Amino acid sequence: MARELWKGNEAIAEAAVRAGLEAYFGYPITPQTEILEYLSHRMPELGRAFVQAESELGAINMVYGAACAGVRVMSTSSSPGVSLMMEGLSYIAGTEVPAVLVNVMRGGPGLGNIAPSQGDYNQAVHGGGHGDYNPIVLAPASVQETIDLTVLSFDLAEKYRTICMIILDGSIGQMMEPALMPEMKSIQRANWDWATDAKMGRRERRILTSIYLDPVQEEKLNLRLLSRWMAIQREEVRYKEYFLDDAEFVIIGFGTAGRVALSAVRQARQKGIKVGLLRPITVSPFPTRIIEQLAGRVNGFLVTEMNSGQMLEDVRLAVKGRVPIEFYGRLGGMVPFPEEILSEIERVTSSKLNIDSNPREEWYERMAGVR
Amino acid sequence: MLITTAPNNLVYERPTGFTDTPTHYCPGCTHGVSHRLVAEVLEEMGVTDKTIGVAPVGCAVFAYNYFDIDFVEAPHGRAPAMATGIKRVLPDRIVFTYQGDGDLASIGMGEIVHAAARGENLTVIFINNANYGMTGGQMAPTTLPGMKTTSSPLGRDVETQGFPIRMAEMLSTLDGVGYCVRRSLHDPKNIRLSKKAIRMAFETQVRGLGFSMVELLSTCPTNWGMTPVESLKFVEQHMVPFYPLGDYKVAAGVAQIKV
Repeated sequence: MARELWKGNEAIAEAAVRAGLEAYFGYPITPQTEILEYLSHRMPELGRAFVQAESELGAINMVYGAACAGVRVMSTSSSPGVSLMMEGLSYIAGTEVPAVLVNVMRGGPGLGNIAPSQGDYNQAVHGGGHGDYNPIVLAPASVQETIDLTVLSFDLAEKYRTICMIILDGSIGQMMEPALMPEMKSIQRANWDWATDAKMGRRERRILTSIYLDPVQEEKLNLRLLSRWMAIQREEVRYKEYFLDDAEFVIIGFGTAGRVALSAVRQARQKGIKVGLLRPITVSPFPTRIIEQLAGRVNGFLVTEMNSGQMLEDVRLAVKGRVPIEFYGRLGGMVPFPEEILSEIERVTSSKLNIDSNPREEWYERMAGVR
Repeated sequence: MLITTAPNNLVYERPTGFTDTPTHYCPGCTHGVSHRLVAEVLEEMGVTDKTIGVAPVGCAVFAYNYFDIDFVEAPHGRAPAMATGIKRVLPDRIVFTYQGDGDLASIGMGEIVHAAARGENLTVIFINNANYGMTGGQMAPTTLPGMKTTSSPLGRDVETQGFPIRMAEMLSTLDGVGYCVRRSLHDPKNIRLSKKAIRMAFETQVRGLGFSMVELLSTCPTNWGMTPVESLKFVEQHMVPFYPLGDYKVAAGVAQIKV
């Protein structure tokens, strides 16, 4: 099969269809609406379920219902819409059913704007809905990777009976790139031993619920979720390394910020600066171990994000204060140019860094011209 | 507790769709009656085994303990959305939600209206007892004008607390609705009429004739501060006049159903 030109949002939709998506429920919101529009004709033509819901609340609870029925199901939204879905996500987590949710992130908080952002990192990675649970969160940096991770997300969600989120910023959803689509996979409904698809004379009744009125039982549920999460942390960490072998300084960035950083790293290499890039693909589970290892042999890190340093805190936890960490972020829908990150690379590799400084506060001071 | 009786004396038994579970509902509460009517109807239609229930948040959050069928437990008000998700991927199954008035007419108003507007082929059993039972008797959208609750201690003042919502009338205006009626559980005659309506609602679903809902006027003696008998009289004397019983929408195809 040849590579074709795909727009990020439509690529998600088609990749999900080919991975065996049986039901899609969504609500229009920029910059993800093309996913909904694409599936509004693609799903019915295949005889699969598509509903434009009355709200994101409705959409995520339709996902919840279909997930309980044991089919491959997905919703997609963008930041404000994903906030509305947090109730449903918590229930899905508490009920231990698999579901895929895509967040094409835009500038916020509030209504914000429709420009690319990574401001929802904390919401996706460190919580969102109420209660004690951890979703898997994947962060693609290209249309091809978006396709590959969409396919993977269903397998991961089902393997661990968990929520798998894909967070991409609006620029990846909106841009077109040549990419290879997977082969069409026919629907093969798994015979789950938990799905509430009616007894049909073949088994005892099943109940799917997130209520455990007895705290003893709720604690058991919490521990069961934790044990799955620890297995995910052991087995499912994914990241991409660029020029790390001889790197003396390492940039860390995910999604578009990581991709822009790669351009800057290449330019820096041409100037003879020994800098590498670590691009987390799973931001949850976070690639803590590789960062720990790098912290033992490099001079420092530069974290770059399209937010005010949300992943920065996870990097700090991994580095444990052993080497200096610097931060460079753009916010509110602004995307950094490679030259900005290159000049940050030149600054951090040519000056004496203070291990005790607060990287966010120092970056904020350097942003004076922007303020 | 299983009571064994000689078969030739057996005139009344637990429906096959029921589990052997002691009730958690208060004495005099009509939830048990409506649960039983649903179980009897499913059994009589021979569809118990292919039915999936969606429980609400409220007193009936544990409805799934009583039905010997697959059940899911929805977030507060979202049962119609969850039921939509299930029915769309399992269209040959029977799917019903069981919701109270806080769940359906307040926090879940968006979900119920749009499930009805889309004409989802599912059945809704709507329990209207004029208050939030599980949280201890607060004012619901269905609380009568002047009625005292823990959050309208001087009686519901419609000037500041708004007017009650008549759900059956409201939903009956939507084209996606096949069958939408109000019945009451305050005496044996009305219980029999309620059962017939529940049967019609499930028959509507089986035939793919659209959304169906039976609103059931129900008691809440504990939170109303009444004896069970007083609460039945309250339904008859105060609820029925405000919430008239009747058929608000019976689509042409549904009207032809003979049961």
